[in-house]
Amino acid sequence: MQALEGIKVVEFAAFAAGPVVGKHLADQGATVVHIESHARPDGFRTHYPPYKDNIHGLNRSGLFALCNNDKLDITLNLKKAPKATDLAKRIAAWSDVVIENFSPGTMKRLGLDYETLRTIKPDLIMLSSSNLGQSGPHAHHPGFGSQLSSLAGFTHLIGYPEGSPQMLYGPYIDYIAVAYGAVAIVAALDHRQRTGKGQHIDLAQYEAGLQYLVPILLDYKVNGKVAIRDANRNPDAVPHGAYPCMGEDSWCVISVFSETEWRSLCGAMGDPAWTKEPRFATHKGRKEHEDELDRKVGDWTLPFTSREIVERLQGAGVRAAMVNKMSDLYSDPQLTHRGQWVALEHPEIGNMHHQRPPFILSKTPSGPTKRDPLLGEHNNTFYRELLGLSEKEYKELVAEGVID
Amino acid sequence: MPDQEKRAGLLSPFRVLDLTDELGFLCGKILGDLGADVIKIERPGGDAARGIGPFFHGRPDPEKSLYWFGFNNNKRGVTLNLESPRGRELFSRLAGGADFLIESFVPGYLDGLDLGYAALSRKNPRLVHTSITAFGQTGPYSRFLASDIEILAMSGCMSLTGDPERPPLRASFPQSYHWTGSYAAAGTLMAHLHRQRSGEGQQVDVSAQACLLWAFSHAHVFWDLNRHLEKRAGSFMTGRSITGAKMRVFWPCKDGYLNFIIYGGEAGRRTNQALVEWMDSKGTAPEFLKNKEWKTFNIAAVTQEEIDQMEEPIARFFEQVTKKEFLEQVIQREMLGYPVAAVQEIFDNPQLEARQFWQSLEHPELGTSIVYPGGFAKFSDAPCRIWRRAPLIGEHNEEIYCGELGLKKGELAELKREGVI
Repeated sequence: MQALEGIKVVEFAAFAAGPVVGKHLADQGATVVHIESHARPDGFRTHYPPYKDNIHGLNRSGLFALCNNDKLDITLNLKKAPKATDLAKRIAAWSDVVIENFSPGTMKRLGLDYETLRTIKPDLIMLSSSNLGQSGPHAHHPGFGSQLSSLAGFTHLIGYPEGSPQMLYGPYIDYIAVAYGAVAIVAALDHRQRTGKGQHIDLAQYEAGLQYLVPILLDYKVNGKVAIRDANRNPDAVPHGAYPCMGEDSWCVISVFSETEWRSLCGAMGDPAWTKEPRFATHKGRKEHEDELDRKVGDWTLPFTSREIVERLQGAGVRAAMVNKMSDLYSDPQLTHRGQWVALEHPEIGNMHHQRPPFILSKTPSGPTKRDPLLGEHNNTFYRELLGLSEKEYKELVAEGVID
Repeated sequence: MPDQEKRAGLLSPFRVLDLTDELGFLCGKILGDLGADVIKIERPGGDAARGIGPFFHGRPDPEKSLYWFGFNNNKRGVTLNLESPRGRELFSRLAGGADFLIESFVPGYLDGLDLGYAALSRKNPRLVHTSITAFGQTGPYSRFLASDIEILAMSGCMSLTGDPERPPLRASFPQSYHWTGSYAAAGTLMAHLHRQRSGEGQQVDVSAQACLLWAFSHAHVFWDLNRHLEKRAGSFMTGRSITGAKMRVFWPCKDGYLNFIIYGGEAGRRTNQALVEWMDSKGTAPEFLKNKEWKTFNIAAVTQEEIDQMEEPIARFFEQVTKKEFLEQVIQREMLGYPVAAVQEIFDNPQLEARQFWQSLEHPELGTSIVYPGGFAKFSDAPCRIWRRAPLIGEHNEEIYCGELGLKKGELAELKREGVI
C-alpha cells in the first residue's frame, strides 16, 4: 500500500507551484487529475523549453513531464460556462483535495471559489497557491517565481558585494512553496480524518519563501544589520569556497570551521611551508588574508580531479564536495544508490529521467511509476469510469467543446 | 489564550521529539507552526547550533543566537545526554509516548545506542521516525561530512549560480538546511497520514542532496532531452529561447537593482506593452519599441541581436527609477517584475503588512520583544502561527521530566549533577 493511496486530488493548476504539489501526492499513490484544455493548455507545454530535440510540441515539454508524472490528464474548457462550471463542480465534489494556482480572484470569477465548492463538498480541502496571497492590496498582481525570488530578498544575497545580484535558476521560490503546500494539504487531510472538517489554505509563495530567511530578517529588526551578498564567504569558516580542479569548468568546494579541521586540511595538502606562516596561524589571520589563502588552496586543488580532492579531504575529516554539473546528476553514485531517478518511456519524448521524492519512506513505496500524460489522454477513463458520466452526457460535452 | 488557540492547531494532538541539528531545525518548527507539541532535545549545556550567528546585539552567547531563535520557536526544550544509561532510559520513555521523532545524527549513531528506529519501533510501532542527513542513511556518500556549501555543490545547485568565468557560488545565507527541513516535514506528514489510516509507523530517510534537486527546477532536463548543458549565467536568464539567446535579469536602478525579464507568452506580451507605455509616458520609448508587434513576438525563437536591441533603451530608462517606484508601477500596470529587495524593504512591504504577516514574540530574559515572520500559510479553520519563542537551555526540564515522567525534584538535581541533563 502506498502512503496516500485512495486520496483524490484535482488540479485547476498550471506551471510549477500547483502541479508539483500534486506530483508529490501522486508519487505516494494519490489519484491526481490535472485539468487543462486544448483552448488553454498548461503553459509549460506551450512556452517553456526544453522540448525534445528542440522541436516544439504540446506533448514534447520536458518541464511539463517533470512536474506531472503519475497523473491523469483531462481537458475542460472553463470558458464554456455554465456547462463547464457545472462539470467542474462535479469533479470537485468527487475529489478530496482541490489545488489551484490561478491568480487570486479567478476561481471566484469562474464560480469555483472555496465558499461555493464547500456548499457541494462540505469537507473539501482546497489549496490556493499564489504569488502574494489571496488578500491584500497586491493580491491580484500577476507574477512568476523567478522574479518573486528577488522581491523576497534571495537574489540580493547572491553574487559579489561590489557587483550585481545574480540569478537563482528557475522559479526558485515556487518550489519552496511546493514543500509548504504539500505539508499543508497532508496535515489538513489528517485533520479532516479526525474531525470531519475541510480547510481552505491560502499559501502565498512570498510568505513561504521568507521562512527560509528568518535569521537575517531578525538581524535587521534587532541589530539594524542589512545582509548582502558576499560570494562564497562565511563568517564562521575559512577557507570556505569553490576551488578549480583538473578538467573543463571542474570545481570542488571545501569548508573549514575549526582549528582541528584546518590542521587536517594542512595535513591533506602535505603541510606546505606557507601553511606555517604566522598570518595563517589563526582563524582571524586566515580571514584577514582570505583572498590569498583561497589562491593557495586553489593552486593545490588545480592538478587533481574534484573526486580525488574530495576523497582525500573526506578521508581526513574535512568537509569537501564535487560541484556536480547537470550532466553529472543521473550518474551521481549517491543519487543512483537512492534510486533518485526513474527512467520512463514517453511516446514523443522517448526515455526521460523522472524524479523520486527526496525522502524514502521505509514501508510504503513511492513513484514515479507512470510517465506524464498527453494532453487530454484520460478524458474517457476519468469522465466515464471515475466520474461516472453516461456515454450520452460525455459525447454531448465533447461535441459542445466543454471537454475539448 | 495562545495555548487555547494551539489546541485548535491541525496537529495539536501530536507529540514530536526533535533531536536535529541545523540541517533539520525547520522540520520540527513546521510541525510546531501547525500546533504539534514539539520538544527539542539538546545535549547538556545546549545544542552546538546555538553558536551560529547572527546574535542579539551582536554578542555571541548560546542564549542569544538569532539563528536559533528563528528556527526553534514553537518548540519546548529539554537537555539530555543520550550516551549515559540513565539518559537512554529517559529517552526511551519519551519516545514510547511520542508520535514523531526527528533526528539528524550520523547514520547508525542511534542504532549504536540501541535507540534507532528498529529498537524504538518495537516499543512504539506507530512511531514516525524521520532521519535527516546530507546524503541519506545508506550509500557511498552517506558518511561524507557536509555543511551548506557541500550540499549545494553535490546537488548541482552551485553549477548554476555565479558568473560563467568565475567560481560557482552559493547564496550568502544557508539555504540547503531549509530546503531539507521543509521537504522533510512533507515526507514526515505523508508517513503520518499513512500511520493514521493504517496504524503502521515507519522511518523517513531524508537526503539533503535530493531535497535540493528541486531548487533548480528543470535545469537537468535540458541535458536529459537534448544533451544541452545548462550552466551558471551570472545576471542573465538562459533556456527560454531555442536560439540560446540570454535575457538580462538584473538592471541597475537609482537605489539598487530591479528584476525585469523580457518574457514571451500572453503575460510577457502584456508586460512588454505596459513597459513601453510607461517609457512613452516619460518620452523615452524609441520608435522601434513602440512599433513592435508584441502579439507575434516569440520568445522561444528570439535571437540575441533582437534581445540586445530591445534591452538597451530599457536599461537607460530603469536607471532613472527607484525600487519603490518600480514596485508601485508594476502593481498598477500589472507588469511582471519586482525590485531586488534588501531586508528593510521586506519589512516595509505593504502587502505583508496588510496580511498581518509579522508577529511579535516576548523575550522576557532579553527585556524586549522581537518581530518574527508569522505562519507559512493561512488556513480557513485552523491557526498556523508562532506560539512561543525558542527554548532556553533546559528550560522545560522540570515541566517534562517531573511533570510528565513523574521524576521527583531531587532526582532532577541528581541527574543534573551526573551530567545526564
